[in-house]
Amino acid sequence: MANLKVNIAGVDFKNPIITASGCFGFGREYEDFYPLSKLGGISLKGTTYEERLGNPPARIAETASGILNSVGLQNPGVRHFIQEDLPYLLDKGTVIIANAAGSAIEDYRLLAEALDASAVDMIELNISCPNVKSGGLTFGASCESAAGIVREIRKATSKPLMVKLTPNVTDIASIAQAVEAEGADAVSLINTLVGMRIDIESRRPVLHQNTGGLSGPAVFPVALAMVWKVANAVKIPVVGLGGVEKWQDAIEMMLAGATGVQVGTAMFYDPYAPVKIIEGMNEWLDRNGIADVNEIIGQVRPW
Amino acid sequence: MSYIQNVYPIQSRTAIARDVFDVLVHCPELAAQSRAGQFVHIRVPGHTLRRPISICEVDRAKGTIRLVYEVRGSGTEALSNLTTGDLMDIMGPLGNGFTLLEPDAKAIVVGGGIGTPPMLETAKHYAENCTAILGFRDAAHVILDEDFDACGCDVRLATDDGSRGHHGFVTDLLRQRLAEESADIIYACGPKGMLKAVADLAAEFGVRCQVSLEERMGCGVGACLVCACKVARENGDPTYKHVCKDGPVFEAKEVIF
Repeated sequence: MANLKVNIAGVDFKNPIITASGCFGFGREYEDFYPLSKLGGISLKGTTYEERLGNPPARIAETASGILNSVGLQNPGVRHFIQEDLPYLLDKGTVIIANAAGSAIEDYRLLAEALDASAVDMIELNISCPNVKSGGLTFGASCESAAGIVREIRKATSKPLMVKLTPNVTDIASIAQAVEAEGADAVSLINTLVGMRIDIESRRPVLHQNTGGLSGPAVFPVALAMVWKVANAVKIPVVGLGGVEKWQDAIEMMLAGATGVQVGTAMFYDPYAPVKIIEGMNEWLDRNGIADVNEIIGQVRPW
Repeated sequence: MSYIQNVYPIQSRTAIARDVFDVLVHCPELAAQSRAGQFVHIRVPGHTLRRPISICEVDRAKGTIRLVYEVRGSGTEALSNLTTGDLMDIMGPLGNGFTLLEPDAKAIVVGGGIGTPPMLETAKHYAENCTAILGFRDAAHVILDEDFDACGCDVRLATDDGSRGHHGFVTDLLRQRLAEESADIIYACGPKGMLKAVADLAAEFGVRCQVSLEERMGCGVGACLVCACKVARENGDPTYKHVCKDGPVFEAKEVIF
């Protein structure tokens, strides 16, 4: 058995596989399938300072090898999360990452303060949600605004801070550098790509919000290329996500430079996907005589 | 209750109306836990999303569940290619199911089109104390009427074109039935317009009513929050609950149609 332990932003993970925010709720729902302790970490459902009801349905549409979603950050708010959901997760033997979202800098700051005082292991700052009218993606879309919000949040928390980046930009590497310069401890990428489907009979977009975020295997090559670019542009750890469904995908992500890998949409069709990926990754390392998973990070040999 | 996901053999598959398939799956551990009004989430070859299909009947002794579904798009079409002997990847049982009263209570089940199958297991519970009001487009689309007959309930049919049973809506028959005699509970599944009309009638006659809702679904277990339906909180304020975990069955008075 190879060593699967990795360290991201000072936090030890027993393996590099993390369930992606928005696809795993607050963890409870998947405990029937396997103990959460098998996972390296859990990135929880995006949480805002105040409760959010989310968008009207339909919130999901199927696409070729993927899905579009426009949930719109439905969540019970950070106080409810800390009182009702977090205690249940703390003794599960996995890293707990709060995904923090908002629509104004002040909300983000209050949220970060609340999370800073909680027992979460890490904060993933979501400046890349495409499904809310204000804030979200707009914070992550330019170097200036991304740097600005990370600067504020960095003042509000000493927890390890990972910033989740949007792919809906011209140059994701420069945004990663901008948040690194403001004290981000890690970056995760990619959030979803903006997409759309139309019902040709009603001539209505399938999603009530008209557009939504594309995820699933369709986006994997896009995510991989962006992870590779970012990993070559920053010194902080990179967590790769976007369409990962198999252990081979996770190894590709790590070869491209990811220290951790998140799994999301794949769980909709196979709830065991993260566990199968951990097992497959371990067997591949053994077969290749690699004693430590850290040895493959960034080891792609580009032409 | 706990969720199970595994592959199970299809024992039989029959077309029972145009584009409607009747499938019996051998899945003892799933059948052992399934209740009336719950559903299963089925993986579809070549598709990212599973398809939620309501459970029509459960036979714990034989270890089977019966699924009756209509081909509506590419997903259910791909599903319909699975036949006897093939394996079906099923997650379930999911959702809350109907609240069943004592079997001697007076119950009415209302099924509209492909909303009919989930009512059968509930009708069986009440047998002769149940009135089944079933509505379809036309005679060619009538399904399961003989199954409802066989469980002893009073079956009343309606079709949109009058080619079978009452020419008109299920709500005409429901009003008639409620005028004859009161009921302890009404259960309904079908198009949203029908559910709203049934809920209004139930309120008018002061009868408890549960409706089974449908919405485009993701994970099926309450994690992704896409299958939202608007309901009223206790203080009357609107919020979104989720069909997969909080439902698919809701008290009609709670739903904001």
